[in-house]
Amino acid sequence: MAEEWNPKIIAIICNWCSYAGADLAGGARMQYPPDIRTVRVMCTGRIDPLFIMKAFQDGADGVLISGCHFGDCHYLEGNYKAAKRMFLVKNILKNIGFDDKRIRMTFVSASEGAKWAGVVEDVVKTVKELGPSPLKQFEK
Amino acid sequence: MAEKKEARIGVFVCHCGTNIAGSIDVEAVKEYARTLPNVVHADDYQYVCSTPGQTMITDAIKEHDLTGTVVAACSPRLHEPTFRMATKVGGLNPFRFEMANIREQNSWVHMHDREGATEKAKDAVRIAVAKASLLEDLIPKSVPVEHAAMVVGGGVAGMQAALDLGNAGIKTYLIERSPTIGGRMSQLDKTFPTLDCSQCILTPKMVDVGRNENIELMTYTEVAEVEGYIGNFEITLRKKARGVLTPDEAEARGIVGGGCNGCGDCVEVCPVIKGNEFEFEMAPRKAIYIYHPQVVPNLYTVDFNTCIKCGLCVEACGEKKAIDLEMVDELIKVKVGTAILATGYDLFPIENKTEWGYKKYENVITGLEFERLICASGPTGGHLVRPSDGETPKKVAFVLCAGSRDNTGVGKPYCSRFCCMYSLKHAHQIIEKIPGAQPYLLYMDIRSFGKMYEEFYYRIQDEGAKFIRGRVANILEDPVTKNLHVFTEDTLLQRPIDLEVDMVVLASAVQPTTGADAVRKLFGVSCSQDGWMLEAHPKLNPCGTTTAGVFLAGVCQGPKDIPDTVAQAEGAASAASIPIHRGEVELEPYFAQCNEELCAGCGMCVNLCPYSALALVEKDGRKVMEVTEAKCKGCGTCGGFCPGGAIHMQHFTTPQIVAQIDAFLLGGEQ
Repeated sequence: MAEEWNPKIIAIICNWCSYAGADLAGGARMQYPPDIRTVRVMCTGRIDPLFIMKAFQDGADGVLISGCHFGDCHYLEGNYKAAKRMFLVKNILKNIGFDDKRIRMTFVSASEGAKWAGVVEDVVKTVKELGPSPLKQFEK
Repeated sequence: MAEKKEARIGVFVCHCGTNIAGSIDVEAVKEYARTLPNVVHADDYQYVCSTPGQTMITDAIKEHDLTGTVVAACSPRLHEPTFRMATKVGGLNPFRFEMANIREQNSWVHMHDREGATEKAKDAVRIAVAKASLLEDLIPKSVPVEHAAMVVGGGVAGMQAALDLGNAGIKTYLIERSPTIGGRMSQLDKTFPTLDCSQCILTPKMVDVGRNENIELMTYTEVAEVEGYIGNFEITLRKKARGVLTPDEAEARGIVGGGCNGCGDCVEVCPVIKGNEFEFEMAPRKAIYIYHPQVVPNLYTVDFNTCIKCGLCVEACGEKKAIDLEMVDELIKVKVGTAILATGYDLFPIENKTEWGYKKYENVITGLEFERLICASGPTGGHLVRPSDGETPKKVAFVLCAGSRDNTGVGKPYCSRFCCMYSLKHAHQIIEKIPGAQPYLLYMDIRSFGKMYEEFYYRIQDEGAKFIRGRVANILEDPVTKNLHVFTEDTLLQRPIDLEVDMVVLASAVQPTTGADAVRKLFGVSCSQDGWMLEAHPKLNPCGTTTAGVFLAGVCQGPKDIPDTVAQAEGAASAASIPIHRGEVELEPYFAQCNEELCAGCGMCVNLCPYSALALVEKDGRKVMEVTEAKCKGCGTCGGFCPGGAIHMQHFTTPQIVAQIDAFLLGGEQ
């Protein structure tokens, strides 16, 4: 009677590109799995690496960061800075033995609704394959 | 005092007809909201954005003494302003509102998973309530708007926009990178469906632009750098070395009565011959040149890439002293309140479709080359001739959708929108000009959608043009006669065709002009998947962009014919004039703030800021960061990095975001 496990995935995405892209996917009624919850920020540059750590600490099974394509950032270069921090976060996670596939950064523009749907589908699939976050074992 | 009060949140869940309620159990979401911490009131309504829906919010704020509101409905990119206003009317600061997107990012994308969608909606409401509980009062900053505008691109769109702005009393800088305004329309012979002479209707407009006292026409000039924000753009222009002085510039140099008067004496003596770009190099020009006799401004230009600096032109110019062969590029800074991009299009390089033989077979030309060859002011004086032998072609094939509606990966997937109509016009022109001429139009569908367009299509049918429905497979040249064999299938008769013609005209797809991408990035404008500049909303804001104060006009936003281009230009001009006439704009108050107690003065944020809005200042004997609010655009890149957590990003504070993360992962049923 194994119940199907639904992963908890948080997406922190930028207002101008990825959030608009996700809205576009909605307008076009592109269907994707409902396992993701979004937090909107104005720019991926706003994302403190500690937010990601906090999410994992809280028991997130996966984190998705999505912003504008390089060169298309509404704030010129916030996404470059976010991408740099992402290397840092991935490195730290890898070094403590945490699978860095649980965190992903993607670039989805305001016109890429189909890409957004594809990204979510793929992230959910990847996280489902990885199973529940190992940090969950520390919970009572 | 309101700050210290415990959060009292009201939640309003929207059905949006069946848009939301069709896939989400709205009642369950509302009942769930009532169980959440800080929520003192929850309700649902058919359309919360309607007047009764908004009244529901304003009444609840008063009735339940709310400190914040949450609406679970569509995207905040759609209705956030609506509900902020309702929150304000209810007596709260408008930034005490948070939206949960349960339509675009929920009900519409999980249409067949009611349970999953309802759970997701509950989570979204919980996340929004967590943020709403921590929202603060914010005051938008009002900034003055510079009483000037800029239009980038001097084609018919840019000219129309500049004229409208100028006539509205706004100082307008019209920037054009080539030596003259006029754009693509000035290269056309006739316009469909009225068969007006393109130059005849365009040149009066060009002259008006040149004469308008509010328009500062800057040709041979490009945008080099854009700084600032709506109301206060500081734009650096590169005035390319033209080698020729206007009368005003000459006077500034102390040359009385000098400067270029467009006499053309210099051209006579110039020994360098090159292809004229305006005529697609089917006619020559000198190293000092004008494109055509009607240029505005009537000012020659030295092509320094080919000029050998022999100095003969300087001699010929004589006392006017208009030519300076040592001229260098100049950078000019201007301040404007708003800007319109009207950069236009180029033809898709149709030689990439190698099977059609453009640039391989001499008698395969593009639609724009046809325009020049049939134009009385063109290189052949309006006599359509075959490039191979100068003979008049009798049988001409027009290949439509050449590179448009092409999913092979070589061409463009979109419809270029005006090629059907100009090919019909071309067919009419050869029937009219060449006795016994027979045009063949090889088409997929004829798209004659505009006013009087369908009627024009019937007229061309009646005039005897032959229409063959089928996509051209390939074109081969007879090496002796240079005639062309067009191979296709007539899909209506269902048989293969080998059509021998004297000339082939490819109705090439269009694409954003070279350099448009650079301009759009300078202004922070996105592009859609097909590369055209992205409008703020495809239906309701087709002239605006996501960068406040920057607007779009003409083909740079997507293929359109002249009437649509001019209409959009007038729309963009009107939109661009609104902030200027208001005199001030409100900026969203998402500024960074420095918590000086926590700031260690490391200065890392200062280098991260793309707008140089942050600086280290000396305060009480130590260094702390200070924000210039007018420069801060609220991206939060500084706040995402500050090692001490000293940066308070208004409306996206660390406690607010962490509360959202916690609410999702810890707040629900585990």
